[in-house]
Amino acid sequence: MTTLHSLALALPELILSLGAIALMLVAAFGGDKAARAVNWAAVALLIVAAFAACSTSGVAFNGLYTADAFSAFGKVLVFGSAAVALIMAPRWFAQEERFRSEYAVLVLFAATGMGMMVSATNLMSLYIGIELNSLSAYVLASFVRKDMRTAEAGLKYFVLGALASGILLYGMSLLYGFSGTTDYAGVSKAMADGVGIGELFGLVFVMSGIAFKVSAVPFHMWTPDVYEGAPTPVTTFFASAPKVAGVAMLVRISIEALGPATEAWQQILIFMALASIVLGAVGAIGQTNIKRLMAYSSINNVGFALVGLAAGTQQGVAAILSYMAIYAVMTLGAFACILQMRDGDGLHVEDIESLSGLSQHNKPLAAAFAILMFSLAGIPPLFGFWAKFLVFQAAVAAGLLPLAAIGIAASVIGAYYYLRIIKTIYFDAPAAPYRVVESYAEAGVILVSSIVLVIGYLLIPALAVTSAAAAKALF
Amino acid sequence: MSFPILSLMILLPLSAAIAVLFVSANIARWMALATTTALLALGIFLWASYDTGGAQWQFTEDVALFGDAFGWKLGIDGIALMLIVLSVFLMPICILASWEAIEKRVPEYMAAFLLLEALMIGVFSAQDLFLFYIFFEAGLIPMYLIIGIWGGAERIYASYKFFLYTLFGSVLMLIAMMWMAQEAGTTDIPTLMVYNFPVEAQTWLWLAFFASFAVKMPMWPVHTWLPDAHVQAPTAGSVILAGVLLKMGGYGFIRFSLPMFPDASAQLMWLVFGLSMVAVIYTSLVALVQTDMKKLIAYSSVAHMAFVTIGLFAFNRQGIEGALIVMLAHGLVSGALFLCVGVIYDRLHTREIARYGGLSNNMPYYALFFLLFTMASVGLPGTANFVGEFLALVGAYNANSWVGAVATVGIILGAAYMLYLYARVAYGASADADAASMLDLTKREWLMLAPIAAATLWMGVYPESFLAPMRKDVGVLLARLAPAAPHGDAQLKAGLPKMQVYDLKETNTAHGEAHSK
Repeated sequence: MTTLHSLALALPELILSLGAIALMLVAAFGGDKAARAVNWAAVALLIVAAFAACSTSGVAFNGLYTADAFSAFGKVLVFGSAAVALIMAPRWFAQEERFRSEYAVLVLFAATGMGMMVSATNLMSLYIGIELNSLSAYVLASFVRKDMRTAEAGLKYFVLGALASGILLYGMSLLYGFSGTTDYAGVSKAMADGVGIGELFGLVFVMSGIAFKVSAVPFHMWTPDVYEGAPTPVTTFFASAPKVAGVAMLVRISIEALGPATEAWQQILIFMALASIVLGAVGAIGQTNIKRLMAYSSINNVGFALVGLAAGTQQGVAAILSYMAIYAVMTLGAFACILQMRDGDGLHVEDIESLSGLSQHNKPLAAAFAILMFSLAGIPPLFGFWAKFLVFQAAVAAGLLPLAAIGIAASVIGAYYYLRIIKTIYFDAPAAPYRVVESYAEAGVILVSSIVLVIGYLLIPALAVTSAAAAKALF
Repeated sequence: MSFPILSLMILLPLSAAIAVLFVSANIARWMALATTTALLALGIFLWASYDTGGAQWQFTEDVALFGDAFGWKLGIDGIALMLIVLSVFLMPICILASWEAIEKRVPEYMAAFLLLEALMIGVFSAQDLFLFYIFFEAGLIPMYLIIGIWGGAERIYASYKFFLYTLFGSVLMLIAMMWMAQEAGTTDIPTLMVYNFPVEAQTWLWLAFFASFAVKMPMWPVHTWLPDAHVQAPTAGSVILAGVLLKMGGYGFIRFSLPMFPDASAQLMWLVFGLSMVAVIYTSLVALVQTDMKKLIAYSSVAHMAFVTIGLFAFNRQGIEGALIVMLAHGLVSGALFLCVGVIYDRLHTREIARYGGLSNNMPYYALFFLLFTMASVGLPGTANFVGEFLALVGAYNANSWVGAVATVGIILGAAYMLYLYARVAYGASADADAASMLDLTKREWLMLAPIAAATLWMGVYPESFLAPMRKDVGVLLARLAPAAPHGDAQLKAGLPKMQVYDLKETNTAHGEAHSK
């Protein structure tokens, strides 16, 4: 009964893994002709899994896995982002290279891993989730085999990712060694009567390993290269789903396992948050490649999100979850726009210069770009402002006024490079026009994300209720 | 709840802003004009139906649109009312000023202006702390685009500078607002206006708000974005920037800094006075040597805004009422001066003072209007600025005679640079044949300048119309400030009028009788 019950709780991951295996068979027999069908089937699976994630609640496999409001929130976000990233893949691959069936299968495996990351309440199941996600991601990064850049991206991602996994695993072993258990609740219990030096070391290593996965400074170095080198749909995926999952697992392990050591990790997070905000902002200024710029933007955004966690309160956790939800919409929308950057022959271009004067030959796309960039910069009345607002409010409520003041002041630096894109689009003389938007799916993503960012404030009550419920599950 | 007129005034331009994006240039112009005129009518209706001396907050609306986070709370007092009326009054004029000057991307231009109007009305009517912030900050987006797309040669630098300066000022205010909401447990502005924050926290909060409003105002030394923005912005952009956006700084002081942090305001009065004194003298001197007309008027704006800050922090009725009138008057007059520059810029496409001259010969009506607004800017009695500046100076003298003396020197300098400007542009010989062949005002330009001229004279001759709605709110503010108000150095003692000295006894008995009744 217990095993069956456990399996029922892990329904989302079951759906995804069984579905992925089935689709792998389809891919093996159907070849590339089946690629689009596999892709849409994967999207459907992700949506079903997201619904399944909402419907279960409880602890499974003797505490290895927990389904609660937090995991439901995280999984809906992760699976939703992955599905949207999948929707945007076929056209790009069809134009750059052939679209292969394995693509969607790999994304499904990664999503399974991410589901585990969000739900894991044991260091071991967490590690398995991370590795399942990472190994799929390494392959995805170098998915266009004939392109040197993606090969480099994949290799770089793999080497540094393996290093980070090693660091993480070492931290976990220290935590296990000094607390005698890999269970989150057990680790927390062992720390309750004071945090020993060994546990502290373990904590630092674990935090470092996770910081790599969410590309927080000082473990961000891989991000620009991987984001630039990976195929654009893959970058879209990297910037959204794994980021959300990484942050969610960081939140869960910080609160549930390392809760008694809050003061210890708070310092780490404050440093990582501020360093990410500043470095992400400053690093982006000189970029000429839009994907590199988005990489720095994602570093910058992770910094803001971590401000919420640094608060260490329930309000802070709710804020960071809301942040990731809004960030996912913004980043998916932004990449959907970036996917439209194609010259007259339909070849994809990535330099920001090519956006010059876009507003004069493609007004809707220019407007969407402007909305997304202003939103990423956190300028009200766009919804991106609300994301930043919530995390800073949590920091202020937790008494971290210097963090809030410095962080928000540094956000002005970040505003500059987003403004630069708007300037290029609206103020500069027109460059060669892009090809018109051809994919309804991508146009739909752009439209929906823009509308959400404009009228998002009406969603605040719903977002507040769900994120608060999710945060409450951890405390 | 009564009819939500304030929401209508925000949503109408907002929906028009979206609608104009889908029509042709000419229809966009007419749509924008129709919308702004309708808003002017609504504004006048608002003024007419405002109950002077009635409830402090009128036309209130409260919809819990955003859950517990903050609310769609609107409502105005007399001060906000006058600023809204100023905004809706200037807006149709801005649209007219852009009628021919803006040729490219007209629908987007009109959309930006309509969006800006919605946000301005939102700023002045927001009764929720965070709603205010959203409106306040959102105004950067349309203004950035207006400067950046339709501006002059250096527009990109100016647009960045404008945006980043103001953004940097505002974000610290946001942190302070969060702390306040946390401390007071509410985001309701009227409640916060009577909430007593701990004195030691007030200083920090005050400084955070000051960072934002001082940049917006702008005060020396954070005024440097203003000349750039003004010079590069299209005429209508300058009008709205000088006319309304700068007033948001003054409005912020009067709505937030003074009533919410009275102790800190009193403590840091010297900071405001010091910066304002420097601004009055320094920016006036800078204005004197400008060769670019718009830059000159921009620097004069900084100087005039210094009168506003001096008046506001004088902690007495004359000072605050004077500051409010200066805000309104400067909104009209500097707006009109930018329009005057725009009129001749449209003809000769240069703002160099040296390229003009002798305009009173070939453009007599233009010269007349320009003279009126020049004199108003100087503060000639009979014009709006005189009333405001006089009151502000009286207030300043009461608070600190040195401040009063230095600020008065600023009036003289103001006369110097404005008259010098007028002499070079309107008198003497024409600089060249081009300047001499310029035609006088068109009907459209009459339509722009005449209403402002009328309003300026009205405010100068009968300021009571404008002071009356604000009087009670100033009284409320003064009552709030009274415990913290510092003593002035003037030590004024009101002597008794001579006639009454003889009848002292009688008067006293008369008073006694009045009381006993």
